[in-house]
Amino acid sequence: MILTELPRGVEAVVESVEEHGSPDNIARRLRELGFVSGEPVRVVAFGPVAADPILVQIGFTRFALRRAEAARVRLRNGASA
Amino acid sequence: MSAVPADSMRAPLRLALAGNPNCGKTALFNRLTGSRQKVANYAGVTVERKEGRFNGSDGRVYAVLDLPGAYSLNAASLDEAVTRDVIRGFYPGEAEPDVIVCVADATNLRLHLRFALELREIGKPMILAVNMMDAARRRGIAIDLPKLQEELGIPVVETVAVQRHGAAALIDAIESMGRHMAPPAKSLGVDIAHDADELHERTRALLAATVTMPTRTAKIDDALDRWLLHPVVGLLALAVVMFLIFQAVYAWAAPLMDGIDAATEWLGAAVGEALPEGPLNSLLVDGVIAGLGGVIVFLPQILILFFFILALEESGYLPRAAFLLDRMMAGAGLSGRSFIPLLSSFACAIPGIMATRSIQDPRDRIATIMVAPLMTCSARLPVYALLIGAFVPEREVGPFNQQGLVLFGLYIAGILSALVVSFVMKKWRRLRATDGGEHALLLELPSYRLPNPRDVLIGLWERAVIFLKRVGGIILALTILLWFLLSFPGAPEGATGPAIDYSFAGRIGHALAFLFAPLGFNWQICIALIPGLAAREVAVASLATVYAVAGVDDDASAQALAPLIADGWSLATALSLLVWYIYAPMCIATLATIKRETGSWKRMAGVAGYLFALAWLASFVTYRVALALGAG
Repeated sequence: MILTELPRGVEAVVESVEEHGSPDNIARRLRELGFVSGEPVRVVAFGPVAADPILVQIGFTRFALRRAEAARVRLRNGASA
Repeated sequence: MSAVPADSMRAPLRLALAGNPNCGKTALFNRLTGSRQKVANYAGVTVERKEGRFNGSDGRVYAVLDLPGAYSLNAASLDEAVTRDVIRGFYPGEAEPDVIVCVADATNLRLHLRFALELREIGKPMILAVNMMDAARRRGIAIDLPKLQEELGIPVVETVAVQRHGAAALIDAIESMGRHMAPPAKSLGVDIAHDADELHERTRALLAATVTMPTRTAKIDDALDRWLLHPVVGLLALAVVMFLIFQAVYAWAAPLMDGIDAATEWLGAAVGEALPEGPLNSLLVDGVIAGLGGVIVFLPQILILFFFILALEESGYLPRAAFLLDRMMAGAGLSGRSFIPLLSSFACAIPGIMATRSIQDPRDRIATIMVAPLMTCSARLPVYALLIGAFVPEREVGPFNQQGLVLFGLYIAGILSALVVSFVMKKWRRLRATDGGEHALLLELPSYRLPNPRDVLIGLWERAVIFLKRVGGIILALTILLWFLLSFPGAPEGATGPAIDYSFAGRIGHALAFLFAPLGFNWQICIALIPGLAAREVAVASLATVYAVAGVDDDASAQALAPLIADGWSLATALSLLVWYIYAPMCIATLATIKRETGSWKRMAGVAGYLFALAWLASFVTYRVALALGAG
């Protein structure tokens, strides 16, 4: 499952961040912001138009990600509550 | 200690404040240095450089540099590159800091400690300030600071930047660091550029050992975000907030602006009487005082607008507005981050363009700068007021006033034009394949907090100083140049027309008439467009001069002028001029700001060129359509 498929309010755990192209600076930055294996994530809100961007809680921080950015984040299977 | 010579004890110790965005670094900087701050730019780039000083209890002077917020030393923006280079001592013209003070938000340590670990690897003397400890305690977060200090091998202190004496522990730590400069006692010994996972691993271990946290998020954030980011309620709330800001900018500023106008006039009259008649008198009164007064008059509006922007920024609401609008603005080739600069541009494009520094993606930043002049700045209002008053009958249309509707329509036309222009630029970049891939948003939405009045006031003071410096520099020079064009050569003996008709500006106006005749502009309008270069609203006063109306200020001249132009101009001409001012490419101060902020003459020429072309085309179409409909 990828982050864009996660429903609002459901807890999940990050598996990895995929590179779209190389070098992928956005993927690197996502990792620096805490999107690393084992980190719990939750979708807090969706933007009003086309559910874009997505507001994601990662660690203690909230980040707004566009769908293309969130699509890089792969979630652990069966980890959702 | 005894080996340190007395001289170096007196030399200021250089501290650099570093930390993630939203860690309360600037509030801590304000707490340490108070009003002893200098704001400028780093050499060669438009990244704000803030330095301040304070005296330690030992009498030593400490120089504090407030570095731009950064998530990582792997720089993803100009701000982060400056932070990286200054900390490492690589930035040309910047002295290497002696001590790094890393600021971390106690409620957000998962992210902020990672950066602290990254900074520690540089191996410089370093102190960790765990900030916002008051908020952390309220949320029941317990942090074992002695344990954290032991694990990190650097001094760790708690701070509450928004409280008096909230930085006392930090000052003690800085003073003792100044006596015994000690590099970090520990190091990861890993290549941080290539081992992001290791840093996260260590951060998690540190957190597990030193922090207990009952919940990951603040209840208040969850509750507020549920409504303020709601697709319907959130957008409504945003509309209400924007409406209130506009109301305040126009209603509250009016008495202050009248006061500045009166003061300018009084000063002009006083200087005019004190000096003998002649070019010097005219230069000072008509050129310098009237010209600068015409720009300073916008200071109240700019300050009120920035008061709201600073307060909303501190409260954490502005990034939420960017979140709500990002998709719509991205569709037009902008970004949610463009919202704040464009909002500022309704007061004046100059602070708006300066505010684009917060947009990290360079393409989004350029696109925002390019369209900022299309937001209807308050300088166009006097022109709109004159023309609408003279040509649009005051009539009720349903529950609305027809004049108000026309004014509203002009604002909307500006916004729509901006969206179309940025959309076309986006397509153009795609077509020429210069887009260079994806634009990132990656925007942090910090916790809500109450704005601290002291920090808002310090921020406002900085804006005022920046604006006034600008007025004193480039705008003063341009004002003098325009005065020269308007005043020389003087009218010959026995001349019958107004003196302006014989000046260089007058000649240019006549020469330009052929260019503007297709738009229905007569030569009087062409002349008035030239002084409008310095400040758009001056066009009204200039029309009055051309028509030799003895008006003292803009209001009075507008009142006397309205019936004259209502008789003299066709409705088609008036509409054409109104449309011209939606685009109004003739604000030199804005163009100078664009040149400065983009560092490119080409971009500045591009903006001037496209605005001029749009203004001409739109006015031409308006004039022809109006003529065809019988408004000639």
